[in-house]
Amino acid sequence: MVATEISPARRSRPPLSLPPGAWRLALPLVVLAVLFAVLIAIHPRGLAVASMTPWANQAVTLAFVAVGQFFVVVTRGLDLSIGAVLALSNALASELVSGTPVEIAVGVVAVLAVGCLCGAINGAAVVFGRIQPIVATLATGAIYTGLALIVRPTPGGDVDEALSDMLTYETFGFFPTSLILLFAVVYLVWWPLSRTVLGRSLYAIGSNESAAFMSGLNPKRARLLAHVLAGFFAACGGLFLAFQTLSGDASVGFSYTLNSIAAVVIGGASLAGGVGTVIGVIAGAYLLRTISTIMIFTGLPPMAQPLFEGLVLLAAVSVGAIEMITSRNKLKVLR
Amino acid sequence: MPSPDDRAALAGRDRGLLSDVEFVALSGISKSYGGTTALESVDLRIRRASIHAILGENGAGKSTLIKVLTGVVRPDAGTVTIEGAAFAVRSPATAAAAGIACVFQELSLVPDLSVADNIFLARGTGPLGFIDRRRQQKAAEALLRELGSEVRPTDIVRSLTLSEAQLVEIAKAMAKRPRLLILDEATSALGEQQVGRLFEILRRLRSEGVSILYITHRMHEVDTLCDTCSVFRNGRHVETFPQGERSPDAVVELMLGRSVSQIYPAKPAPAAGQPLLDVRDLSWDGRIDKVSFVVRPGEIYGIGGLDGHGQQETLLALFGVLRNVTGEVRFDGRSVHIGSPGRAKGRALGIALVPEDRKSEGLHLPLTIAHNLTLSVLNRLTRFGVINGGRQRRLVDDLMRRLQIKSSSPKAPVSSLSGGNQQKVVLAKWLACDPRLILLCDPTRGIDVGTKAEIYALLRRLADEGAAIVLHTTDYDELIGLCDRVGIFYGGTILRELTGDALNERNILRASFALATDGPTDSGGH
Repeated sequence: MVATEISPARRSRPPLSLPPGAWRLALPLVVLAVLFAVLIAIHPRGLAVASMTPWANQAVTLAFVAVGQFFVVVTRGLDLSIGAVLALSNALASELVSGTPVEIAVGVVAVLAVGCLCGAINGAAVVFGRIQPIVATLATGAIYTGLALIVRPTPGGDVDEALSDMLTYETFGFFPTSLILLFAVVYLVWWPLSRTVLGRSLYAIGSNESAAFMSGLNPKRARLLAHVLAGFFAACGGLFLAFQTLSGDASVGFSYTLNSIAAVVIGGASLAGGVGTVIGVIAGAYLLRTISTIMIFTGLPPMAQPLFEGLVLLAAVSVGAIEMITSRNKLKVLR
Repeated sequence: MPSPDDRAALAGRDRGLLSDVEFVALSGISKSYGGTTALESVDLRIRRASIHAILGENGAGKSTLIKVLTGVVRPDAGTVTIEGAAFAVRSPATAAAAGIACVFQELSLVPDLSVADNIFLARGTGPLGFIDRRRQQKAAEALLRELGSEVRPTDIVRSLTLSEAQLVEIAKAMAKRPRLLILDEATSALGEQQVGRLFEILRRLRSEGVSILYITHRMHEVDTLCDTCSVFRNGRHVETFPQGERSPDAVVELMLGRSVSQIYPAKPAPAAGQPLLDVRDLSWDGRIDKVSFVVRPGEIYGIGGLDGHGQQETLLALFGVLRNVTGEVRFDGRSVHIGSPGRAKGRALGIALVPEDRKSEGLHLPLTIAHNLTLSVLNRLTRFGVINGGRQRRLVDDLMRRLQIKSSSPKAPVSSLSGGNQQKVVLAKWLACDPRLILLCDPTRGIDVGTKAEIYALLRRLADEGAAIVLHTTDYDELIGLCDRVGIFYGGTILRELTGDALNERNILRASFALATDGPTDSGGH
């Protein structure tokens, strides 16, 4: 009998190069670092508390929403209602998050609970109603927007100022509290979850759902979880926006939906599911916001901002498509 | 689930005694998909400490049997008992909890996660079910080393070759420490050494009391490994007997239900004349390596060998699907460049490809039969870009009659047809372009014997009418019964060409493993 090994020789990897796929995380971080350096260079105040805190604050809301969107995207879904959940949470916050400390605490919990509920409804429509995520969340998004408008027909309301100051200024006099808040919330939720089989299921069903099912995972539970997480993080974003603006506005949602998808893609996640990191997505959100800040300081017309964001998005998506363009089997590209 | 210590204790006992103990029993299991019966009141007993072969041709119900045992599908009727107690296998998770693990033929790996994550996909290795990455890594490493794999636990599954992935799939099933281990064509991509190593492990597991269900179409593996054989045919369990009790011929007869000769049309005298297709040193991406062969009009040329040795890629290259193919393709005497499927099927060449997976590559399932049939010839049915309804109807009626497609109406969706009739639609769709060269990839997979015979007769008739046919199949009988000449692929190239009396199962098998063949052979192709 022959002892020939059938498979081609193992591809050897140079010892110092990145493992395959690592560029997906490295690239947004590097680009963000470059943009950050540019920002500091052209900012009138340079690297100072007065420049850093606004920079940190302005992207936190989008970062929360993008992290929420990421959990749906990684399961190969898309949440078009995420901006509407943000708007509903924002509107509710302007009604509920004021008064005595107990009232404020109850209000915060209530807003987060409503966000989770919205996500659970999305998840149920997808899992039990067997509706495609895009269609299901398009419909529920309209409903949530309607509810937000009932809660707050015109912008306004009242949000506790002391808490707002606490969250939007600095800790120890120099470090933006909002960044600590963002990373604390994400860490507390995702770190333990990523070490459970359920958390791993999110990636697994996005990568190959039937293989995940055959391996004994529960795709329904994972998909439901993804949507609940999306609702929760959207509500976090809505709350923070309320603290930032001290009011509620039912019409803020739409741009967040699209920007969250952009941030997820720029952050290295694949819309085909199964790939991406939370850190990359947060970097993606900051990257988008940093571009707009730079544009303000360079004196470029603000109207051109969408144009540049669009170019960055296109570049990010193109980088992700390189694998496909270089594929030598045309059928693989179609799949 | 018994601990490793329990197993060691069992290993010490007399295996003869242990193997009388029944572990899983199926009784009256039936399952049908739409109108097709996949399993019909199947009774089967699987004893402990036994390696039990399941034999049967494609569509005999083997894969449905596995799906029932692993909870992927639920049977319409019948019961499963484990150690005498009724057990509802509701999902893969419940099957795993009962100690049933499976090495799936189509692999159950998640491409974007690491090897270690895949091996322990549904189980945390740490306290409270949390994932302990270090422990997971170590355990994966140990399993892979035992199987003789060089894959690292941190490698991403997407980057593995098929044979590496198959070993990971085996490691994944073994990691569950199953009491019933099912292997479905688990060695199709493995090298000889790896197979030998796997067999050693399986024999050791048997001595520890594990039941093993071994599905294969390689008779020699059954001979060297298994102690019990069960034959399935058309969804029924035909017979179970101790391995070695029947001759291979008798087993084949049991699988087919009739002798081989009846279902194949008679072969004509060897075709003479100029080749229509002349392939010289075709190479691509390290997976096709200098493939050369010729096919003449009127000839059915078979492509065989173990799965994954470049057969499919060769057909795809000839249909213009692959980029950067090197070598020369001469068509009707002229050197041609086949850049795309559109060019391949065009009037200048007239090549048709019946793809491997009819559901994803051959058909548009929700569309009607008529729409599917005319898809590849729409440009010939139009005037100024508008489809001529009358011409379309005539073509569709003609094709449905020629191939005897059984359906209530050409307006019925293709998804409503049985597998055999779906495959006829794929064939008819390509016949509509009057191809001169027809490439087929496993056209009879999962099709009943009756329809198979119809398809064989059709292919022979097409050849007689002057078409050249290249047929890739994993079914040895088809190569022997239907083809005029057969090229056996090994390591991306045609290692040997078999014809006449040399075209027999023994030689095909030997050539597939790169062993010397008996009788006159004609290697090369020129």
